[in-house]
Amino acid sequence: MSTESNPWATASDDTGAAESTASNPWGGASTPSSDATSLSASGTPVEQTDFSLLHPFQEVWVPLDSWIETGVNWVVTHFRPFFTAVKAPVDATLTAIDSTFNAAPPLLVIVLFGLIAWQLSGRRLAIGSVAGLITLGAIGAWQESMTTLALVITSVLFCILLGIPTGIAMARSDRTAKVIRPVLDIMQTTPAFVYLVPIVMLFGIGNVPGVIVTIIFAVAPVIRLTNLGIRQVPSDLIEAANSFGADKKQMLFKVQLPLAMPTIMAGVNQTLMLGLSMVVIASMISVGGLGLMVLRGIGRLDIGLATIGGIGIVILAVILDRMTQSLGQDARQRGTRHWYETGPIGLLLAFKK
Amino acid sequence: MVTKLEVKNLYKIFGEHPKKALKMLEQGINKDEIFKKTGQTVGVKNASLAIEEGEIFVVMGLSGSGKSTLVRLLNRLIEPTQGQVLIDGHDITKVDDKALRDVRRSKISMVFQSFALMPHMNVLDNTAFGLELSGVDVQERHEKARDALAQVGLESHANSYPDELSGGMQQRVGLARALTNNPDILLMDEAFSALDPLIRTEMQDELVRLQSEHQRTVVFISHDLDEAMRIGDRIAIMQGGEVVQVGTPDDILHNPANDYVRSFFKGVDVSNVFCAKDIASKSSLTLIKKDSSEGLISGLKLLNENERDYGYVIDKSKRFLGVVSASSLHDVIKNKQTLAEAIIDEVQPIAADTSIGDIISIVAHSPCAVPVIDDQQKYVGVISKARLLETLDREATV
Ligand SMILES: Nc1ncnc2c1ncn2[C@@H]1O[C@H](COP(=O)(O)OP(=O)(O)OP(=O)(O)O)[C@@H](O)[C@H]1O
Ligand SMILES: [Mg+2]
Repeated sequence: MSTESNPWATASDDTGAAESTASNPWGGASTPSSDATSLSASGTPVEQTDFSLLHPFQEVWVPLDSWIETGVNWVVTHFRPFFTAVKAPVDATLTAIDSTFNAAPPLLVIVLFGLIAWQLSGRRLAIGSVAGLITLGAIGAWQESMTTLALVITSVLFCILLGIPTGIAMARSDRTAKVIRPVLDIMQTTPAFVYLVPIVMLFGIGNVPGVIVTIIFAVAPVIRLTNLGIRQVPSDLIEAANSFGADKKQMLFKVQLPLAMPTIMAGVNQTLMLGLSMVVIASMISVGGLGLMVLRGIGRLDIGLATIGGIGIVILAVILDRMTQSLGQDARQRGTRHWYETGPIGLLLAFKK
Repeated sequence: MVTKLEVKNLYKIFGEHPKKALKMLEQGINKDEIFKKTGQTVGVKNASLAIEEGEIFVVMGLSGSGKSTLVRLLNRLIEPTQGQVLIDGHDITKVDDKALRDVRRSKISMVFQSFALMPHMNVLDNTAFGLELSGVDVQERHEKARDALAQVGLESHANSYPDELSGGMQQRVGLARALTNNPDILLMDEAFSALDPLIRTEMQDELVRLQSEHQRTVVFISHDLDEAMRIGDRIAIMQGGEVVQVGTPDDILHNPANDYVRSFFKGVDVSNVFCAKDIASKSSLTLIKKDSSEGLISGLKLLNENERDYGYVIDKSKRFLGVVSASSLHDVIKNKQTLAEAIIDEVQPIAADTSIGDIISIVAHSPCAVPVIDDQQKYVGVISKARLLETLDREATV
């Protein structure tokens, strides 16, 4: 708790301190440091109070920075229970998944992944996944990969948990959609770095805030595509279901969701990819895993370390992308009637007979 | 006959301000004007219908005349603006959502022009869809669905998916799905319009056959007169949201209410639709009664007075006896013979139910208008060349 409350305690001390603590890990990174310089540049000439039309913005008109600081301080002190309540489920899930992955023997994880890939897609992806995971272990990135995997899976899990119901709510009511859409726009257009600032202020640093920042960054596609998928269900099918007396729940679960599933899965796939891309950025708030390898490598000009982290992320990305893409297709598109007729389960069932 | 489904003064106005449009309708302002002034579309205007139990009731009209709107008002897929829809005497426009769902689940099913089958379900599950919504367990609903599929001859495709079937087969599934619920009322919105002509007639026969096995009340939307005549017990014709005429196919064909209704015959081959008795005219011909006391001379006088060359002879009970000409009468009088000998055999009567197509050559080659008799030899009227031409012309000019 004390390390987590640290950032905002220092933040309240002087202007731009939050930036400086956040910028510590990367030191020489370009964007935030130029931010910091412009901040101090606008901060120093406060004494020269002569207003000139030639340089109208030498003086800060609106002291937004100090307002925000007071605001955040107020929020942090008054809503502490809220933020701990938000963190708790994320923390619990992350811990469970992370410790499972890290405690499990690598061989078991590899075999399990191979089987899942085989079931979801086919033999080719299964072989690819096994080879990819073995490579991860061979280049010495196993531990980090498992941490990253746990982080990504946790965030995607929460994205699905939050995103699909939100998407459904948007599809059901135009007014809800009108309110949520601009929020999603902001979430998607805001550069990833900028997320870090408020999150660090509100939640501190570490893996859990990392997952939270990833959720916020990556949740938009699954919401959008759930909404789109449900709205795209042909109106004559909705009418037909209505004409046979479907109630709202039946409409959702028997017609809308099944028909929207490929679109929703495309959203999950995009969310997953965004989540992975956030891994490197999130490492700046001391999130572990492959991202941290890359960040450290760059920071110390250790090309080898950075490359290993980078390769690890690419391998994970390809495996996860392929797996979720095949989730979007139903079994019939792959030439069989039911999903359980192929893969290891199909084989098992065939043996039983 | 019991009235199954009754529509009373039903209105549907699409748009934000239906009240405004209703008021304008009351003032007698027409649909186009209302749309121009208020942007409200009149879908259905003051429709009243009484549909009897067990009949196939066809609703016809041009595109945009409000047929789909009317049929969706019957199961309240579209909320009416004003008026009543009574199923078995209960007004469904007043019931709450749950009661409405119950009506839809048990009493009234619909078949769609676009088939509207669920692509993610196989044929069996699609067919059982209505029962699934009612909460019937898998075993029972699959059993009933198989029965329904057997009725439309598709039991062997139970495990196929809709996209693996042809259009005709898909619509059979659509029909089976509607039948599985065992509804009293079947609504069919241009159910066969998307099918090619051959499959279409096949499906029409299928519907008529199903109807002979189990009498349901069918409301069938169509814009095709041939289809309407083939399957309809009664036909309602809609124009601009209004029901302009309701009647049996014969009624409507012979006494069209207005030019719009008449225009439906444009594409219909009148020579197959009408028969001899439909166009035979009774008036304007001289009849000679065989046992009138004056007999031959008065007959001849009658012909001369009316400047006719031929006369039609019938007896007291209106039985047709034959045709005489002015000259044959003249000869008979001169030779002091009887009327029977004056009858000429160049002109033979035609039966009342001969189709127009078959009488064209008879009328063309006859020296006079051709008499028409019914199956009891009774005189019905005559068909002159002019009358026949007028009839044939009707299909071209209307
Ligand atoms: N949802 C709607 N909103 C506004 N206007 C509508 C709506 N549905 C139908 N209309 C209008 O109501 C009128 C009747 O339409 P309807 O679909 O009932 O015609 P139809 O007789 O079924 O035509 P078709 O033979 O082309 O199917 C049309 O003028 C149409 O523009
Ligand atoms: Mg229509």
